[in-house]
Amino acid sequence: MFDLVLIKVLFGTLLLASSSAVVGVFSFLKGESLVGDAIAHALLPGVVLAFILGEGRHPGYLIIGALTAGLIAHYGIAFIEQRTKLKSDTAVSLVLSTFFGFGILLMSYVQRTGQGQQAGLERFLLGKAAAITMMDLYVFMGLALLLLLGVALFYKGFQLMTFNEDFAAAIGLPTGLIRFAFTVLTVLAVTVGIQTVGVVLMAALLITPSAAARSWTSSLPRMLLLAALFASAAALGGTFISATLPKMPTGPWIVLVLGFFGFSSLILAPEKGWLARRKRATSNRNKTQRENLLKLLYGAEERAGEPVAMTADAMVDAREAHYEGLTMTLRNLKKEFLVVERPDGFALTDMGRSEGRRVVRLHRLWELYLTERLGMAADHIHPQAETMEHVITPEIEALIVKELGNPEVDPHQSPIPYEED
Amino acid sequence: MGKSIEVHNLTVSYHSKPVLWDVDFELPKGKIIGVVGPNGSGKTTMLKTVMGLMKPDSGYTEIFGQPLDKVRERVSYVPQRESVDWDFPADVMDVVLMGRYRKNNLFKRITKEDRRIATEALEKVNLLEFADRQISQLSGGQQQRVFIARSLAQQADIYLMDEPFVGVDAATEDAILKLLRDMKNEGKTVVIVHHDLQTANEYFDWIVLLNTRLVAAGPKEQVFTKELLQEAYGGRLTVLSKLGDLISDTEFPLREPDFKEDQPQD
Ligand SMILES: Nc1ncnc2c1ncn2[C@@H]1O[C@H](COP(=O)(O)OP(=O)(O)O)[C@@H](O)[C@H]1O
Ligand SMILES: [Mg+2]
Repeated sequence: MFDLVLIKVLFGTLLLASSSAVVGVFSFLKGESLVGDAIAHALLPGVVLAFILGEGRHPGYLIIGALTAGLIAHYGIAFIEQRTKLKSDTAVSLVLSTFFGFGILLMSYVQRTGQGQQAGLERFLLGKAAAITMMDLYVFMGLALLLLLGVALFYKGFQLMTFNEDFAAAIGLPTGLIRFAFTVLTVLAVTVGIQTVGVVLMAALLITPSAAARSWTSSLPRMLLLAALFASAAALGGTFISATLPKMPTGPWIVLVLGFFGFSSLILAPEKGWLARRKRATSNRNKTQRENLLKLLYGAEERAGEPVAMTADAMVDAREAHYEGLTMTLRNLKKEFLVVERPDGFALTDMGRSEGRRVVRLHRLWELYLTERLGMAADHIHPQAETMEHVITPEIEALIVKELGNPEVDPHQSPIPYEED
Repeated sequence: MGKSIEVHNLTVSYHSKPVLWDVDFELPKGKIIGVVGPNGSGKTTMLKTVMGLMKPDSGYTEIFGQPLDKVRERVSYVPQRESVDWDFPADVMDVVLMGRYRKNNLFKRITKEDRRIATEALEKVNLLEFADRQISQLSGGQQQRVFIARSLAQQADIYLMDEPFVGVDAATEDAILKLLRDMKNEGKTVVIVHHDLQTANEYFDWIVLLNTRLVAAGPKEQVFTKELLQEAYGGRLTVLSKLGDLISDTEFPLREPDFKEDQPQD
């Protein structure tokens, strides 16, 4: 199992994945996820030309060819953006498709002349990690080192240019040089990357580790480290899976594992993740139901002019709500001494009454605010107030009361119940 | 007293549509100066051109009597708060430290001295206890103060700030204003882009009224007159905006940027 080929492939993919992930962090943060994709496609003609001229796939030729094509594409995009009114994504796709088309054209030429079949030029399209040679490995090592050193050296420049390019220019940083350095690093990363996962999947290798890492941290150095770790883990995982299952290509597996990391991060991440958001939604729903029940009881008291009790059934009828969670909510309200259970149903305690009054007050204040300040018609405001009564904090309430000048009644002439003290 | 900023016959455009027309004024040193005009009147564009972020079609600007490149370290710039993505992974200290970045320390590590200066700047804007806070978690007013702290950390002689009072609560506004007055008392020049007329008169010693062209520039008593304000704020400058569209549509070339050399100095 642990033969030399596997170790070579393992090591190669690891170096490659982690170093391109680190470079990709800045593209991701800049919101230029597409640019890596564009460069990957644009490299193709350079690589194929180098293949023809270099009589085979000597890594040195390939890198020079790729670098040239990548830089031409990059500055081509910038040139088009500057000289025409085209939007940036249009310029990117224009250059991408032209270069890629040219590359495919060259490739079919090479294939027809029969040069390509042995070395397998198609590896650049879909990648072929298993074909990594010792020579490749040395080159990968050198490039990975170069990428990491480059990012370390230009860290301040990349950080500031990504966050606030105008400021970088204003303090006189050499923005052209920094951008050039970044482009060279991206092209180098892509050059190595496409030999393993291919042009098509390269964007995933640049961007997905960043997306996963960003879910877990808000510190740039930690994000760089995490992106590299995710990419390394994916490289290891992908290589092992493809080695275990017969006839399975490595590149797509690496990208699949990366995708798995990406999606699980989106689900599990603290605060911004799907699970955390769902939890918040549930807790908001519970809060809404609690406050609605208290409001309902308060409203009933207001109409009757005396304390009243309501059964759970009556509550469902009145609110047109479902039973779902009702028993639970009532039990919680009881536990917090906001309601008491009597033989004829549930009734408010003093604490519960005050809370119900607060919700009714917020509802009516907001209705008044909508009509007075935003000029909305009185028959359109109720649904909005139904939501906002659960959202408005005491500070905002105070602001509204002040701005409206301690109003007495809402737009429907119902009294606004303040806490009497 | 010498001049802080000179703007000479400046015309600037986006996609060959001019948004500043032949603007020409000089600003004194050691004052709080307001660049005032309605939204879209070209205030940000003017500041960006002075900072070398946009190339003028014609005209030129100087700071302390010299081109920007000669005095860059004496100039500090605060961009509009909304011009950056505050979701960027950085804490407050990271951003303030950016005020210490220079061309000649780009490849060097941040020093203890840089940290000391950044800490002092944070103290001045009352944000020291937030030094480790993620910038995405700050309120609008706090983000604005982070930007001001970053600019203080530059330790410059002139400060150009784009709308530092937008999205800021009343208490913060007072605090910023006090800070600006302290800076003025230390002999610094502060240029503030501002669109709110209500407060402009109170805040500034000197006012530049702008609306695509220069309406007036001078001590506030001279500039803050009903006629001039009406001119700046009342109605759109229909002729200029129509002409701008026309120039943009026909791609009519404006004067060249090196117009300074060609112009006889009289
Ligand atoms: N990037 C841009 N591209 C095209 N037009 C722009 C751009 N930025 C600003 N403008 C236009 O230039 C004019 C002046 O803008 P700006 O300088 O931002 O005004 P202000 O700062 O006074 O609100 C506005 O009409 C605006 O629409
Ligand atoms: Mg502006």
